[in-house]
Amino acid sequence: MSTVKNTREEIVEGLSEILEEVAGVDPKEATEDKSFTEELDVDSLSMVEVVVAAEERFGVKIPDDDVQSLKTVGDAVSYIEKAQG
Amino acid sequence: MPGLLNGKRLLITGLITEQSLAFGVARLAQEEGAEVVLTGFGRLSLVNRIAARLPKPAPVIELDVTDTAQLDGLAAQVREHTDGLDGVLHSIAFAPPSALGGGFLTAPWEDVATALQVSAFSFKSLAVATLPLLTPGAGIVGMDFDARQAWPVYDWMGVAKAGLESVTRYLARDLGPKGIRVNLVAAGPQRTMAAKSIPGFEQFERAWQERAPLGWSLTDSTPVAKAALMLMSDWFPATTGEIVHVDGGFHAVGVPVGDA
Repeated sequence: MSTVKNTREEIVEGLSEILEEVAGVDPKEATEDKSFTEELDVDSLSMVEVVVAAEERFGVKIPDDDVQSLKTVGDAVSYIEKAQG
Repeated sequence: MPGLLNGKRLLITGLITEQSLAFGVARLAQEEGAEVVLTGFGRLSLVNRIAARLPKPAPVIELDVTDTAQLDGLAAQVREHTDGLDGVLHSIAFAPPSALGGGFLTAPWEDVATALQVSAFSFKSLAVATLPLLTPGAGIVGMDFDARQAWPVYDWMGVAKAGLESVTRYLARDLGPKGIRVNLVAAGPQRTMAAKSIPGFEQFERAWQERAPLGWSLTDSTPVAKAALMLMSDWFPATTGEIVHVDGGFHAVGVPVGDA
């Protein structure tokens, strides 16, 4: 678990690496405006793994109920930014 | 402090997220002193990440219960980690979308067959695959959803669970002479990955809140885990072919008890 606070750019970069590793998303595609399920084709189990990997990488906890509200990459970045405090 | 399962060696299937019943069982098993080996299906990278969140490390073996070669090789793979097994958890079920969520009258046989194979026949498959490792007194436990009545949206999964209940009785018959017990835990609804994929699952959530005399938590798998582990432990030595309801008492009452 990292205790470091990341910049927004670092979180986007980290998320795009996770998306590539977990769901085979081209890092060039993983921009803040893209929706996980509709535009990046991340299925529900992949999304679970993206969340788990993001929790570990950024040292945050993303409860199940909150995952529903993370529609786009930008939503997730903002959530992680806020959760890191 | 001595645990309920000190020195016990358990094989636990069906772990995919922290909400999985299998995760709750594995965590409590380790806390109670057991050594745990896991099997995972499909997304092994996710299973490995979730396994890493258990209190102690647990090896993960890939197992698709419909793959004969993997079943045949399971005992040898488990032997790389432990020389025997005292308990096995079967927490595996699947139905294609057509067979669940409201297409009972139209689901094609191929999809129903898949549901029955993965959710009921596989209990027998897993028992046979692990038999060479099981020691007398060992307990095999499966996850059930009360199949005595018809439910909304559960459809062919309900039929598969009825099959699972029957498979349990026949396994109890055939494995009893070897000293191996086979039982089910009929759990109330839990908000797992599997549950979330059932359209209309909220109906169960509501019904349980209204009707279970003891109340019911949709998110705490501990009551289910405790029962599953008790059935694997030495504390049910003469119980086999049984279904233990861990449902807050839902099955015992016909209509919700109103405020007196």
